[in-house]
Amino acid sequence: MVYEVFRQERKGQPYAHAGAIAAPDQAFAEAYAREQYGRRGESVGLWVVPRQAILEVHDFVDELERNYHRVDGYSLRDKLKEARERARTAAARDR
Amino acid sequence: MEPREQAFLEYVQGGGQVESGDWMPDDYRAKLIKFIEMHGNSELMGVLPEREWILRAPTLQRKLALTAKVQDEVGHAQLIYRVVEDLGKPREQCLEDLISGRAKFHNVFHYPTKTWGDVGVIAWLVDAAAIISQKALLKCSYAPYARIMKKICWEESFHILHGRDVVLTLMNGSDAQRELVQEALDRWWGPLMQFHGNPIRAEEDPMYVWRIKSQGNEDARQQFLDGYVPQIWELGLTVPDANLRKDEKTGVWHYTEPDWDELRSVVTGHGPRSQERLDFRRLARENSAWVRQTVLAEAA
Ligand SMILES: [Fe+2]
Ligand SMILES: [Fe+2]
Repeated sequence: MVYEVFRQERKGQPYAHAGAIAAPDQAFAEAYAREQYGRRGESVGLWVVPRQAILEVHDFVDELERNYHRVDGYSLRDKLKEARERARTAAARDR
Repeated sequence: MEPREQAFLEYVQGGGQVESGDWMPDDYRAKLIKFIEMHGNSELMGVLPEREWILRAPTLQRKLALTAKVQDEVGHAQLIYRVVEDLGKPREQCLEDLISGRAKFHNVFHYPTKTWGDVGVIAWLVDAAAIISQKALLKCSYAPYARIMKKICWEESFHILHGRDVVLTLMNGSDAQRELVQEALDRWWGPLMQFHGNPIRAEEDPMYVWRIKSQGNEDARQQFLDGYVPQIWELGLTVPDANLRKDEKTGVWHYTEPDWDELRSVVTGHGPRSQERLDFRRLARENSAWVRQTVLAEAA
């Protein structure tokens, strides 16, 4: 069985993928993970996860073109220019 | 080459990286397996020359350091075989091919370790040569392999430290101790110069074309010479090559042509210790078979 190992380098850091190990059961998986990724004090925590338990997601299709989720969905430049223009003419008129 | 394969080639040549689940050309997969498997074999076989000195290490501290290095290298083999396994070749098959003599491992692990001086020179200079290749693999187009290289390179740096410490201690010792290092260097220089392979142009090296390797053989050797010859010289050691010198204008090291026939013969299993080491690996595998059977039976 293959286990994926994630390790945390320091408290507060994200767990990052470190590598995979092959082990017949959880007890061996823990022992191998400790030896491979913890024996020099390089980790403060490990997540040892059976590979089958990982749900992989890869395709991110934006079928509805939901550009309001993205920075390129907001073009403020022209609108700002127009707004400033209007503010200036209004100020001139009120004078 | 079909368009899909051509696009893949351009992608990796442009610095693109590939994950294990991605589509890849058969030729790329085959080359990856061959290259990575040989690396795994070398890590595993590479502990045997040093293992012979665990019981003969001069102090307890040295014995522990050497044991730790051996454990590191076997750990590297395990990580590397996992990468091969995800590419489609089971670890059991790799080990079978290794002990039957069908698969290769690096030239330097086919030689005897005559004295404690060899142990120092191996850990310092063989590991130094290896770390140069392995650092270049951090940029490998196959991402799972590149990723484990980070941990491997980190651990290799301890090995070089250990080797340098052994060598420096001997060089600060008696004449006989200094002689041990010089003799070991004389023995290892030839294999070290062959280590990075023949100076084939990078563009003609299929492993470079697919960007499995990120540098040519000669680049690696030049880097090794540039980094380590000055360190060897400063200890008062002599490199056994009268033609070795650096052209200060071009920065290129000149040296006597390494013995490529020796390299070919050694890596095909005709080195001075090739068969003995394979026999030992075979024996170890037979002796530990009951453990695997028991553990796997219990897990099933
Ligand atoms: Fe190693
Ligand atoms: Fe090493």
